[in-house]
Amino acid sequence: MTASPGAGWRRADGPAAHDREKRRRRRGNGHGSGGGVGFRAAAADGAPVVQDVEFSSYYGRPVIKAPVWKTPDVPLYLFLGGAAGTSAILGAFSELTGRPVLARVSRLVSGGGSVLSVGWLIHDLGRPERFLNMLRVLKPTSPLSVGSWILAPFSAATGATAAVELLGWFPRLKQFGGAVAALFGAPMATYTAVLFANTAVPSWKEPGKQLPFVFAGSALAAGGGLTMVFAPVEEAAPSRAMAVAGAAVELAVMQKVEHDHGIVSEPYREDKAGKYLKAARTCTAAGAGLTLLAGRRRLGAVASGALLAAGSLLTRFGVYEAGMASAKDPKYTVVPQRERLVEQDGHARSVVR
Amino acid sequence: MTSVSSASPVFSGRDRQNRLFGPLPDVSGEAGYEADHPQRIGFFTDTSVCIGCKACEVACKEWNMLPMDDADGVRDAMGLSGMSYDNTGMLGANSWRHVAFVEQSRPVDLPMPQVGPPGAGRFGESQAPGHADGDLPADGTTPAYTGVLNAEALTEFDPQTGRSADREVRWLMSSDVCKHCTHAGCLDVCPTGALFRTEFGTVVVQGDICNGCGYCVPACPYGVIDKREGDGRVFKCTLCYDRTLDGLMPACATACPTQSIQFGNLDELQARADARLATLREQGVESARLYGRDENDGVGGAGAFFLLLDEPEVYGLPPDPVVPTRDLPSLWKSAGAAAAMIVGVIGTAVLGSRGRK
Repeated sequence: MTASPGAGWRRADGPAAHDREKRRRRRGNGHGSGGGVGFRAAAADGAPVVQDVEFSSYYGRPVIKAPVWKTPDVPLYLFLGGAAGTSAILGAFSELTGRPVLARVSRLVSGGGSVLSVGWLIHDLGRPERFLNMLRVLKPTSPLSVGSWILAPFSAATGATAAVELLGWFPRLKQFGGAVAALFGAPMATYTAVLFANTAVPSWKEPGKQLPFVFAGSALAAGGGLTMVFAPVEEAAPSRAMAVAGAAVELAVMQKVEHDHGIVSEPYREDKAGKYLKAARTCTAAGAGLTLLAGRRRLGAVASGALLAAGSLLTRFGVYEAGMASAKDPKYTVVPQRERLVEQDGHARSVVR
Repeated sequence: MTSVSSASPVFSGRDRQNRLFGPLPDVSGEAGYEADHPQRIGFFTDTSVCIGCKACEVACKEWNMLPMDDADGVRDAMGLSGMSYDNTGMLGANSWRHVAFVEQSRPVDLPMPQVGPPGAGRFGESQAPGHADGDLPADGTTPAYTGVLNAEALTEFDPQTGRSADREVRWLMSSDVCKHCTHAGCLDVCPTGALFRTEFGTVVVQGDICNGCGYCVPACPYGVIDKREGDGRVFKCTLCYDRTLDGLMPACATACPTQSIQFGNLDELQARADARLATLREQGVESARLYGRDENDGVGGAGAFFLLLDEPEVYGLPPDPVVPTRDLPSLWKSAGAAAAMIVGVIGTAVLGSRGRK
């Protein structure tokens, strides 16, 4: 049978349909959301827009549930975890190459960052007193379970190392702790991208293979930036190098995330997420440029390091908000899935067996 | 009964294939239960006979003692959604059955000729499209529905369809529920082991383990499981685990007055659904389709599946849901490459700036 999908039935116009229209107009751009049946998104302003976005939904209500994670808890956790991860590695390498002050600064940044990040993560739980249940099992299918088993040794090692660094006790323990921290540093900085991508949230799932590189770049920029702020400029050459490299990766891959994924790239350019990411781009680019120009002067190092860290933080907020926006609009769930079905079968089959 | 392993099947080494997606003939066995476990159970929700009475919602709330909330999950608030008779709004922590109400209309051609005895040449005969009056509309509507007789036929056996002037109106009602997927996103990502696979092949949250991390919420491709406001933990349909353990039907299926909600062993339900679909097709209801029945879909087939009369998204269901964990290996690979890049960049940065200081 080749009956057209829906067989000519259209949603009877009710008040809900008018509300949707009003909401659209208020947003006032050509590529806003469309709810309901038979709506065509018009590209009046010539903005990049997926043509003929026509889809059905249940009164414009979301299909999937948006994450119940809190902000700023989770974006801050991502930022602090990333900065702590890269600076832990920097600390270990600096120790080996005879940069004692940089090593000390890196350890303190990484210890502080990881302890704070654990704090935010626990604060985000619905039952914080049960946070140890995270270590009840190790489940390879759960990025959060794997992540907990990365975070636990990492934060213990970096926290202990930073404490020992401050108190000046047991200098050998410091090296051991630093080595353990460095081992878990890189996974710590990137696992969070898998955590986001392994969801049904369209704007996280689709660019899932690029997000780890965004987070890695962002973590390098943040770690490099923060250590630049506190370390003397003579020793901070590695910080500057890693910060600039990280900023370049962050900017380049983020560009792809924002443009390569058709309709699910939209939330990265709109509303709150769009604003965060625009600010992030500005901060990161300015920070990287200033590092190259004035990074060898104390004031320049402080200013550029702060800009890079701010850029990294804003990127995390932007990615988080883009995912939330994509989960709340049924368009981003339904349209890509419809397209997938058309691609598979050559026609708009639904899940008919 | 055997002890439940909360560890992932990835450790078990059995059944190397289809552990993350694809058909899985024995979900409970895969989860670690001995071969003598009970058969997989489920729901077949036949929306073509749903009358929208919401008895399932009420029975579920009563049996499971679910708190009150409004259409957006706000606790202890009674609110009208303002969109339809549906004031439940969605599945969530406090609503484990949700009856969707969809009002649709389409134009019918006028005047309506009444020729011959009712039902003559109704289903698919050569008479149907080329009606005796030859009064076909010229607006290019789909052939299957241009003939008045065809529409009339639909009206006759479909209690949800009515007509007013030149519009034909129908109500779609569907009682949505947790799908108890073969590959459940919520279960895959739960870091505490609070979510587990029962011996019946269903997916249940253990409230005393859940620490409210909330990861299962965005991991569900259907948007079923949710966090309860003021409690902090997540809740969803258990397929009445407590009742089924005692050999009782789930509350919603027990309360359903039209057998729209059918409960039983999954393979029996699937056979029943196939037969029902064939009947409806035969009667000319071309828009009837099964949703969640296909074992080759993105979640490996659902334990609770549906007969729908329109596209899934019309009912608020995703047209092609995929368990997020399907792509997990490639994601980890990418994260590994990114981690290696971090070490490489920092190593180069430190060693490269050795001489210059």
